[in-house]
Amino acid sequence: MTDVTLTVNGTQVTAQVEGRTLLVDLLREDARLTGTHVGCDTSQCGACVVHVNGEAVKSCTMFAVEADGAEVTTIEGMANADGSLSTLQQAFQDHHGLQCGFCTPGMVMSAAALLKENPKPSAQEIRDYLEGNICRCTGYHNIVKSILAASGQDAGAIAAE
Amino acid sequence: MPNDIGHSASSKRREDVRFLTGVGNYTDDIDLHRQSHVVFLRSQVAHGRLKAVETTAAAAMPGVLRIFTGADFEGVGGIPTGWQITSRDGEVMQEPGHPVLAQGKVRFVGDMIAAVVAETEDQARDAAEAIELDIEELPAVIDMKAALAEGSPKVHDDLTGNLCYDWGFVEDNRDAVDAAIKAADHVTTLELVNNRLVANPMEPRVAIGDFAPGTGDSTLYTTSQNPHLIRLLMGAFVLGIPEHKLRVVAPDVGGGFGTKIFHYAEEAFCTFAAKALKRPVKWTSTRSEAFISDAHGRDHVTKIELALSKEGDFLAVRTDTHANMGAYLSTFAPAVPTWLHGILMAGNYKTPLIYVNVKAVFTNTVPVDAYRGAGRPEATFQLERVIDKAAREMGFDPIELRRRNFIHDFPYATPVAVEYDTGDYDATLDKLLEISDHAGFEARRDASAKKGLLRGLGINCYIEACGIAPSNLVGQLGARAGLYESATVRVNATGGLVVMTGSHSHGQGHETAFPQVIAKMIGIDENMIEIVHGDTANAPMGMGTYGSRSLAVGGSAMVRATEKIIAKAKKIAAHLLEASDADIELKDGQFSIVGTDKSVAWGEVTLAAYVPHNYPLDDIEPGLEETAFYDPTNFTYPAGAYSCEVEVDPDTGRVTIERFAAADDFGNVINPMIVEGQVHGGIGQGIGQALLEGAVYDDNGQLLTGSYMDYAMPRADDLPFFQVDHSCQTPCTHNPLGVKGCGEAGAIGSPPAVVNAVVDALQRAGLDVTHIDMPLSPARVWSAMNS
Repeated sequence: MTDVTLTVNGTQVTAQVEGRTLLVDLLREDARLTGTHVGCDTSQCGACVVHVNGEAVKSCTMFAVEADGAEVTTIEGMANADGSLSTLQQAFQDHHGLQCGFCTPGMVMSAAALLKENPKPSAQEIRDYLEGNICRCTGYHNIVKSILAASGQDAGAIAAE
Repeated sequence: MPNDIGHSASSKRREDVRFLTGVGNYTDDIDLHRQSHVVFLRSQVAHGRLKAVETTAAAAMPGVLRIFTGADFEGVGGIPTGWQITSRDGEVMQEPGHPVLAQGKVRFVGDMIAAVVAETEDQARDAAEAIELDIEELPAVIDMKAALAEGSPKVHDDLTGNLCYDWGFVEDNRDAVDAAIKAADHVTTLELVNNRLVANPMEPRVAIGDFAPGTGDSTLYTTSQNPHLIRLLMGAFVLGIPEHKLRVVAPDVGGGFGTKIFHYAEEAFCTFAAKALKRPVKWTSTRSEAFISDAHGRDHVTKIELALSKEGDFLAVRTDTHANMGAYLSTFAPAVPTWLHGILMAGNYKTPLIYVNVKAVFTNTVPVDAYRGAGRPEATFQLERVIDKAAREMGFDPIELRRRNFIHDFPYATPVAVEYDTGDYDATLDKLLEISDHAGFEARRDASAKKGLLRGLGINCYIEACGIAPSNLVGQLGARAGLYESATVRVNATGGLVVMTGSHSHGQGHETAFPQVIAKMIGIDENMIEIVHGDTANAPMGMGTYGSRSLAVGGSAMVRATEKIIAKAKKIAAHLLEASDADIELKDGQFSIVGTDKSVAWGEVTLAAYVPHNYPLDDIEPGLEETAFYDPTNFTYPAGAYSCEVEVDPDTGRVTIERFAAADDFGNVINPMIVEGQVHGGIGQGIGQALLEGAVYDDNGQLLTGSYMDYAMPRADDLPFFQVDHSCQTPCTHNPLGVKGCGEAGAIGSPPAVVNAVVDALQRAGLDVTHIDMPLSPARVWSAMNS
């Protein structure tokens, strides 16, 4: 067992982990932050995406020990300081970008990373970027619209083209 | 409740806030005090005799609490099936036993042999790997037709062969259909496969069993679409726990699509083991495990014949289908290829004679059961494909051939036992042509051609049957459950409402849409209403959510209970206003005497019900809580028309969806935003079936598509934006909301549109391709083009 210490959503977390413990397990089990989900075991679905030192990472694909000393942001750390939904989260609610909600944390974390590197992505750029995030409920229609809207674009007009 | 709800507001979903901030409560998020973990050792061979399961070394490993095998479940009931089908010869179907853990034989890759319970999941997994198995491998039966051949190995030694049932529908029509086909001017024949799919809700299944030694009560937390039915099936048939000693909780559930309807052995195991160990026992499925343990969907092999007059009138339809049951009968499996499939073979058309034959077959594969649409996509696909083929063979426009045969007069009794109450198929088809810019197709085709791509257009119609009912009829047809829904409406003293429903929301937005209905009935803010679902400790009984039934059946129960509330509240108001209750009307949350300005507010009446100082105690009881059970008199019949435009790359066979449009008639609509979202999701899954998805077994029964590396889930870059419309509305005539259900339409209506479009693209390019089996992978399309 190894001690790891990392900062999650601004709070220091220390845990004793096995070498095989994944970052997502540390977040869910030790930090009790269950917003990050596990939807597969082959790093395909993206439900577990978090930000590690500002980069979008599939937390099922990283060992907990690799995150020692890292700054991690999860879905629980994405709302505004006053607890209200961020622009991106609000766009998902406004445009019905989620149904069962299971893939949603990963979608939001990936979308946030996309908008950081590309503040006004086209619909196609959004679809390409989300290649590693699977949603079974929405057909992606309203997820793409949500991200377009969060970037200040006219999602309804673009979707109707 | 009048049929005038029409378009209501698209209230934003209240459940979104918890999902968007990471504080949902999915089953895997629940950890109980002193919880242990179970890992199941599953068969890696498709068919074999279990000679020895050696657990001694594994049991001694760190953290292991106990290892269970089939022997521990002798005397415990098997997993039941909920529907009994009667064959053409009058015999009931063959129904094999389904033990919780394998006894004597394993029958598919994934069949559970042993269960290791340990302090941690990793310890349980390590120990499971240390169990030594001695399995005598037997020849596996994978192909359905081979399974029915003389001398085939048997999946179940104690059954007569591998045929579950041989169902004919309507048997009395058989000779007349044969004669009509023989005499017809033209008969179009199509043989096709409806590909086997894996539902793949993004949340894998989870079960946690708990037991309270002090009271003897068991609790199961599970990822289920219908907790009450799990309580009934598991309690009564498997574990022998009376319902008052068993609570089933299905909290936030991350998608279902049918595969979370069924009662699974893992649920029974966790409940059983928690009692045995006096500790909570938790199981969390991995995705790889889900592929070999979640019930699969579809998997039909069909020959359909459509007889037409030379003018294009449909004269008769005859179908011959083999339907895969897998190794055991899952909860609704026998009903899917029969009562959810045969009754839809009229489609939107006035075909006078129809005969459907279905042979259900056991194979050494994962059990197959309902997946979004469940029988109706299979019916729609074959019918809409054979119509397209007939149009080409006879030189008709496929759109006009459909129109010519549309049903126009409602109610309409089909020759396959159902009565459509209402519909307007021309309206949805016209709307489709408008929203899809049908007129612009040729220009878009020219543009594609300039890029060297083949553009094709596919159009089809669909009808489906939702809200399966009524109970007395389905009982005659072999259902072992009722198909009503219940609701309890509890009004609190200060005027807020808690509505406990047996429907279950796992993405459908009930927590938002249901309050919209009640808020309108009473005239109060919808935020005064809370929906409680997913817990047998609340709603009195429930049939859960599947078959697009929640609003049509569950919503109707809620309306009936609310009507009782309003009737009682009017009596209280009449007392307070010193008037006759016949003179009281409720509007905008105010009870008033008709024709006067005397009124009393909703909150004053509810307070009086619980503080009954000035109250008609001689006449009515205090309190304001009512329950209703609603048993529909008929199915509902949503219908519509879908179109797809594809581009096919002639060099690679790759198909891209360029445009997709859907015009649906769902009757009245409560929350248009949610309805459109349901259609989007259904289309996504339908395009997935048509282009990408397929569960593939090799001849030895190994699942070759056992992870997301091999099973092609639709990704964001596989799909376009969809144009959807639900403005054509012929309200359902027999439920109080006039609603029909929208959850499955997209998955039912879209696969034939895609395949019709690809075939159209190839035909327009002069290629003699009349059909390609799904999924239309580049390899299959290229092969069809180059064969």
